[in-house]
Amino acid sequence: MAKEELILLDFWASMYGMRVRIALAEKGIPYDYKEQDLRNKSQLLLDSNPVHKKIPVLIHKGNPICESSIIVEYIDEVWNHKAPLFPSDPCGKARARFWADFIDKKLYQIGRKLYTTKGEEHEAARVEFIECLKLLEGELGDKPYFGGESFGYLDVSLIPFYSWFQAYETYGNFNLELECPKLIAWAKRCIQNKESVSSTLPELPKVFAFVQYLRKRFGIDD
Amino acid sequence: MADVVKLYGLEGSPFVCRVKIALNLKGIEYEFVVEDLSNKSADLIKYNYVYKKVPVLVHNGNPVSESLVIVEYADDAWKGVPILPQDAYGKAQARFWAKFVDDKCIPTVFKAIGSHGQEQAVAEAHEQLQFLENELKDNKFFGGDNINLVDISATFIAFWLGAAEEALGIKVLTKDKFPKLIKWSDNYVNCQVVKDSLPPREILVAFFKKRFGGN
Repeated sequence: MAKEELILLDFWASMYGMRVRIALAEKGIPYDYKEQDLRNKSQLLLDSNPVHKKIPVLIHKGNPICESSIIVEYIDEVWNHKAPLFPSDPCGKARARFWADFIDKKLYQIGRKLYTTKGEEHEAARVEFIECLKLLEGELGDKPYFGGESFGYLDVSLIPFYSWFQAYETYGNFNLELECPKLIAWAKRCIQNKESVSSTLPELPKVFAFVQYLRKRFGIDD
Repeated sequence: MADVVKLYGLEGSPFVCRVKIALNLKGIEYEFVVEDLSNKSADLIKYNYVYKKVPVLVHNGNPVSESLVIVEYADDAWKGVPILPQDAYGKAQARFWAKFVDDKCIPTVFKAIGSHGQEQAVAEAHEQLQFLENELKDNKFFGGDNINLVDISATFIAFWLGAAEEALGIKVLTKDKFPKLIKWSDNYVNCQVVKDSLPPREILVAFFKKRFGGN
């Protein structure tokens, strides 16, 4: 398949974009990566995602698909020859979708509060963030991956957040290895065993530097 | 062995209604367990320990939570009338719009209701509803000739919104701006499967009067 048939509009630090990159890498699919300037959005991005004007957007044969969780499901359905990300049973699928939705509803918003708020709001966010991670740890249990023996949809959905952990730890003022050892072990396992992950995730200090830059831009002093 | 299906919910919830519609569409018999949200059952807390909310579907002892996740589960678990298109791109589009209704339409519409039709709140709701209006194009339903995931996700707009408008004497879904959505609402609530799932309108009007009435 020609590279031009598949275009990904993305931003390097976006954990949502990373999900798509990991899924494409799992399937071994070539694509044209187009880094987006989110402060000066391209016409292609505005045309491809007129509703939200956000990345990631996957454009397949001219058809745009938006929302990372939806894009990953699409990739899994279209390129079903290799590395299935979903289990085949409806219950397993529902479970994966439920927890991916939980990550979207909770983890991102609360994580953002860790580096953009102060005082009581910040303290509440700290508590809630650890609660969220512990719930996810509970779902992982003793399995090597959320998908069981193999890396799956929920692993893809969560692992990008690991690249933000240095930022979360610093501004949340906690030691995540102490708070959620199983989750940290899982993250390291993903990086070690899955090339799709190790080749996609940016270095934690690089993301941390980006968050420091964001804080300056929002006028939050260190 | 026969399926054992239980749905934990309450009559007035538009999210529970989504699941009822999906189950009715598939012709599934189920036991409806009414929950009192001020006194949640031990079962509800056990089955949905993350959010402790309704709806929760329990199929042969396996719980599924979050209404849109449940509706997709119903489509995966039971054959019969399809809720999603067959092709991957069609599915992606349907999921996108269903999520849009959940993430953008319902919250802004609810805010417009809660503010008693305050101008700014209504304008924000209109901005989101306009996308939905355009997406209908010339189709009877978002699913084309038949209802699909998007129609089901927008049940609140088709039925709950009208009840709120009546209760509070406000207008959010105006005919001049949203002729397609109004026509769609009418077609949608008159589908037998939807009709069989909706609560009585008076209950909703009373609910909105009590919750938001009295300036």
